[in-house]
Amino acid sequence: MNIISAEAWQSIGLTLQLASLSTLILLLLATPLAWWLSQTQSRWRGPIGALVMLPLVLPPTVLGFYILVLLGPNGWLGQFTQWLGIGLLSFSFTGLLIGAVIFSLPFAVQPIQYAFEAIGKRPLEVAATLRASPLDTFFSIALPLAKPGLLTASILSFAHTVGEFGVVLMIGGNIPGETRVVSTQIFGYVEAMEYTQAHWLSAGMVVFAFAVLMTLSRLKRRSDRVMP
Amino acid sequence: MNLPQPITPQLRLLASLKRKDFHLQVDLDLPAQGITVLFGPSGSGKTTLLRFVAGLEKATGHVLIEQEVWQDSQRHLFKPTHDRELGYVFQEASLFEHLSVQQNLDYGLKRTEKKTSRAALEAIVHLLGIDHLLNRRPESLSGGERQRVAIARALATQPKVLLLDEPLASLDVARRKDILPWLERLHSELKLPVLYVTHSMEELTRLADYVVLLNQGTVTAQGPVADVLSDPRFAAAVGGEAGAMLRGVVSGYDKDFHLTAIRVEDNTFWIADPGLTLGTSVRLHIHANDVSVSPTEPKTSSIRHSLPAVIEAIDDDLHPAHQLLKLRCGKNIILSRMTRRALHDLNLRLGMAVWIQVKSTALTGH
Repeated sequence: MNIISAEAWQSIGLTLQLASLSTLILLLLATPLAWWLSQTQSRWRGPIGALVMLPLVLPPTVLGFYILVLLGPNGWLGQFTQWLGIGLLSFSFTGLLIGAVIFSLPFAVQPIQYAFEAIGKRPLEVAATLRASPLDTFFSIALPLAKPGLLTASILSFAHTVGEFGVVLMIGGNIPGETRVVSTQIFGYVEAMEYTQAHWLSAGMVVFAFAVLMTLSRLKRRSDRVMP
Repeated sequence: MNLPQPITPQLRLLASLKRKDFHLQVDLDLPAQGITVLFGPSGSGKTTLLRFVAGLEKATGHVLIEQEVWQDSQRHLFKPTHDRELGYVFQEASLFEHLSVQQNLDYGLKRTEKKTSRAALEAIVHLLGIDHLLNRRPESLSGGERQRVAIARALATQPKVLLLDEPLASLDVARRKDILPWLERLHSELKLPVLYVTHSMEELTRLADYVVLLNQGTVTAQGPVADVLSDPRFAAAVGGEAGAMLRGVVSGYDKDFHLTAIRVEDNTFWIADPGLTLGTSVRLHIHANDVSVSPTEPKTSSIRHSLPAVIEAIDDDLHPAHQLLKLRCGKNIILSRMTRRALHDLNLRLGMAVWIQVKSTALTGH
């Protein structure tokens, strides 16, 4: 008998797919958002910043519940997807992806925002005096200098999506091959009293989490050296 | 009086800025050539004014650089910083840490359309002596090297005006001594106008052609450097650093005593041999504290430092015990600081012919 069953492998694959895709989307979404938050003096900065941080303090079930309602037949996102002819996204991989992105948003935005703020306005002013437009400055100065922050954001949002349980269960349920990720798989094993299987997957998660934290601390040490 | 070239006002700055406890109100016509030093204590608004010229600081007003309007609040015209052809050097070098020295230099160069820039950059790199640093990373450079790279980077775009914000303030004394000669070289070889912010008297006397004295956001004195320095009101404001600045040329040597003669108009001053060749033009800074005045020609002391002069003005100094004498010595103006009592004892009056003795003369650049 295999130590890790086929269904467990399937859940691992699905988890990695979900985490990679959500990380990618998050980077594209969080980078401009973090830039805006780090630069703006608008009065909307406070409220929007708080909104972005909301998933950090809300119970995952609350968040999952609202996303579910939103994606459902009466939610405006659900009506929109039905109008598009895609059907409903609740209890699907895409729905899960949307949930993961919203849920991990603070973990992506915060490190990038800190990295942008740490640059200060001086390098941006220097770039302007060297004829770089604001957009040019963003790509040629701000992004490269914020690289450690972008890396931290990627690792954190990837790891956070891998570890998510509550939101997944609320939006995705537990459909094998569609929404059954590692965390819900473990839950399933425990409910079915299959402790050996649960052990293997859980131990794998512990090792993974440890590796993530080690990488982060190493990254931090390196970026401290690069950016005085 | 040795005036520099006539001033053609092609740099016009008009700025008005109100902050909580700071009010900048400036109306300036500046020469389009040479170094204009914005001088004043911290908080006088000189950096704010420089940032206003660059468009980094928002204020109502007008900026005209070489027939090009950069800002005109009346016509709601404001060119953003990246559309202004300027070079800016900040107090700290602020090199881009993620780029090499060469990439730092290329950054601005790549963003200008000028075809001649590449050759110009090579000349500047050579002029500033940073050829050997091109492949290094900014973090491996010393403070003086970083600042030289920053200056070269600013010049690489061939700007219409160079703005320097206390470029030596973040360096220690030894590094400042290192970099000042480079700035003097720039001064003599580049034709573009330079606005130079500083509160250092040494930098002013070594580099300035034109001086704008700022205090609490307003201009309290301005003019060619020799005029401003010999203005007793300015001298009173700078205290112990007060003195006259004269331009001269190396005209002879006294090998036995290691002295060099500097000819200034019709006077000759002897200074400790700086090792310069005949005919080199130099600047002399004669501190008011180093000049003594006597009503008769001194017999005992060295004639070399005794010059006939006429008292042109007697002004109040910072301390009530002192007064500042403005002395005309041929075509030159020299300042002397004396106690009120000495003035009284010697019975010195306006218009009197006197003899002055210069105890020591500092060479401040060439």
